Amino acid sequence: MSAAALKSRPATLVTGLAILGAFVLVALLAPLIAPYDPIYQDAAARLQPPSFAHPFGTDNFGRDILSRVLYGARIDLQIALIGVAFPLVIGTVIGAFAGFFGGLIDTALMRLIDIILAFPFLVLMLSIIAILGPGLTSFYIAMALVGWVSYARLIRAQILVLKNSDYAMAAVSLGFSRLRILFRHLLPNAVAGSLVFSMSDAVLVLLSGAAISYLGLGVQPPMAEWGVMVAEGQSFVTQAWWITLFPGLSIVVLAFGFSMIGDALGELMGVNE
Amino acid sequence: MHRYRFILTRPLQFLPVIFGVSIITFVLVRLIPGDPARVLLGARATPTAIANVRAQFGLDEPIWMQYFYFLQNLLKGEMGKSITYKIDVLPLIATRIEPTLALVFSAVLLSVLIAVPLAALAARNHGRPVDHLVRVVSTFGIGFPPFWVALMLILLLAVAFPVLPVSGYGSTLGDKLVHLILPSLTIALSLSTVLMRSLRAAIVEWLKSDVATAARARGMPESIVFWRHVLPNAVAPTINLLAVNIGWLIGGTVVVESVFALPGMGQLLVRAIFSRDYMVVQGVAMVFACATVLVNFLADIATVAADPRVKL
Repeated sequence: MSAAALKSRPATLVTGLAILGAFVLVALLAPLIAPYDPIYQDAAARLQPPSFAHPFGTDNFGRDILSRVLYGARIDLQIALIGVAFPLVIGTVIGAFAGFFGGLIDTALMRLIDIILAFPFLVLMLSIIAILGPGLTSFYIAMALVGWVSYARLIRAQILVLKNSDYAMAAVSLGFSRLRILFRHLLPNAVAGSLVFSMSDAVLVLLSGAAISYLGLGVQPPMAEWGVMVAEGQSFVTQAWWITLFPGLSIVVLAFGFSMIGDALGELMGVNE
Repeated sequence: MHRYRFILTRPLQFLPVIFGVSIITFVLVRLIPGDPARVLLGARATPTAIANVRAQFGLDEPIWMQYFYFLQNLLKGEMGKSITYKIDVLPLIATRIEPTLALVFSAVLLSVLIAVPLAALAARNHGRPVDHLVRVVSTFGIGFPPFWVALMLILLLAVAFPVLPVSGYGSTLGDKLVHLILPSLTIALSLSTVLMRSLRAAIVEWLKSDVATAARARGMPESIVFWRHVLPNAVAPTINLLAVNIGWLIGGTVVVESVFALPGMGQLLVRAIFSRDYMVVQGVAMVFACATVLVNFLADIATVAADPRVKL
């Protein structure tokens, strides 16, 4: 990354990292900073508008929305991070092997990717969750089964170019093993694009996880998750807007953070998505 | 006409993909633990019904023979019966296609209506604040969850326009269109940000192109240069962008149909998952996958038709 590029885009990267950092802090410190227990139902404080006692108001069970939003950061950050990590690792390994060794396995994998990409992403996710049963674990499994294809494609394309590079030839002539060349020489140079993509992918994963939870097929109530909270507030949206507004805004701001990091990293590394 | 030869050859390349799609949908449902007949028919199935399904799908035979029967049934247009609706899956899906198709079309139309003027405004003010604003919106608009945007629209618009329906579909054409306003607006707000980004870049490029310079040199006013020479060229790649995003768009309809209780294929899918109506899940997934492949094919045709230089 060049110094000039670093100078031109620091604000975006810093803002993005600050947003992500703030959410990580909130997630870690939720038990300390949340004013109430996120699942405690206070029958005397149902559907209260925002006030000093309840800055984000309360829901129809009298639960404190601020506390639920803070605790929700734990689940939704986890959704974004785990939901990206598995596909990233699986896709990188598969794409690296396919691109490096080529042949029949490569052809077969590319056909498999074509088939998986023929399904609309959310439809295939939902179909897998239908089989596994609702829940966060099912979501992660479905994510790992479906999400790797983008990373495999990106890495494979990179490896195909890099394996004909001069330094790869040099490594071959030095007598290094093929695995060593792949993992020590080629892969480190191939991952930049995937890492940039993983940030915009985090937005997609976060939104999918929240949407699936909103539909009732992901995180299960009474657990505080932003998508679930939006679903719970739906029937009250015109009387008690605060139940849905704040969890939705949290998704938007976190997604904004990921997008900013991805955008800035893309420019810094000279990667065009 | 050799440019259009791919219309005959391309479908042959789709066959393996569709074949693979059928394998995946088949495997998905067979992965459910337990007796497939009982799983497919639900807990209260009669012994005769179970025997019928066993015979139809050859469930006592080896797995590859079962797949063969599945394929045979598929070619006859039989994908089994829905346990909740008690009718065949394909006719059931057919009744749900119209709302989904209408939603996709109106959402695409609306997002083009939103994206083109804003992209044009940004490109013609390249580097000015309004351009930066549009760039920021188009970069980060994708982070707005559709299910939440839908509720915020209800909150904002239900107060101002109480006539706007917030759920259901209606029976007459006018009624249906009114019911589509909020759902399609929800999707269009996201989709337009995707379109805006590429449209803005394309318009900036074409404003600098030789085509535009030549038009200006002939003394054409800037507005004619823009409308006649720049915009048509810049809009063409959008067709492809829409095709690339069709999977994402369908995902959006699944969620938005559920929010607004719009009786389309997406809502059918979500309800089928809750009622463990696996035949319906299988059928909808299959139809959506075929639709995705078809849309990409149509987009290829449109791209070739729109630009004489493109060869596929």
